[in-house]
Amino acid sequence: MVRAGAAGTPLPASGLDIFGDLRKMNKRQLYYQVLNFAMIVSSALMIWKGLIVLTGSESPIVVVLRDNGDIKFLTKGDNNEVDDRGLYKEGQNWLEKKDVVGRARGFLPYVGMVTIIMNDYPKFKYALLAVMGAYVLLKRES
Amino acid sequence: MFTSRKNVEDFTGPRERSDLGFITFDITADLENIFDWNVKQLFLYLSAEYSTKNNALNQVVLWDKIVLRGDNPKLLLKDMKTKYFFFDDGNGLKGNRNVTLTLSWNVVPNAGILPLVTGSGHVSVPFPDTYEITKSY
Repeated sequence: MVRAGAAGTPLPASGLDIFGDLRKMNKRQLYYQVLNFAMIVSSALMIWKGLIVLTGSESPIVVVLRDNGDIKFLTKGDNNEVDDRGLYKEGQNWLEKKDVVGRARGFLPYVGMVTIIMNDYPKFKYALLAVMGAYVLLKRES
Repeated sequence: MFTSRKNVEDFTGPRERSDLGFITFDITADLENIFDWNVKQLFLYLSAEYSTKNNALNQVVLWDKIVLRGDNPKLLLKDMKTKYFFFDDGNGLKGNRNVTLTLSWNVVPNAGILPLVTGSGHVSVPFPDTYEITKSY
């Protein structure tokens, strides 16, 4: 309800106070949501960095091979009949444990399409990030 | 099962003469019970396992086969030659009485874990003490 005052007379203090409170509340809530968002992002980053430190690996989400002593591997591609020595380094005839990046343990077909779409269509990646950011910022603590 | 052995220069590897083994084998297998709704295919392989002076344990894949779901699951293979050269890393096949062949298989799922199963039991293929001079293979 707005009461019109005659020119020269100030509006009743209560009206102004309400707006002031609202503005202060929204700013506080906004800062709170931004901090919430930042916390989620930093926690994810911290977990990732922690894994890098823990596993001593640049990309920690891989299978870790147990140390089996000196092992020499001679590998072969699955779609040809010759071994891979032609692909090894000059003078190298065997692969060692450190040359093995990983080993297939299972299959999750088509899950990788999400990554592929985000790589091929960066706009999709940004849109997804924007939606996730908006969701976190706008959701109300009930 | 028939084995013989030559000592041959392996041109793909280091320039020393290594033992090259020749094995002929039969395989009879009923794979029907391994297949279910989540099995896309089986990757079967025959490997030779043995010890030598140079290496405490050698494992060499001699032959492999992909069996798709829907293929005849009963294998009756006779007089098979090895698909891949059975080169030893050295000269450890000569007179080696303890070479064993085992059959293993990957159960490739449509989705999920990729198990590697080794068949129980194995066949022993002792190698002769002498080299063959020539062999048509």
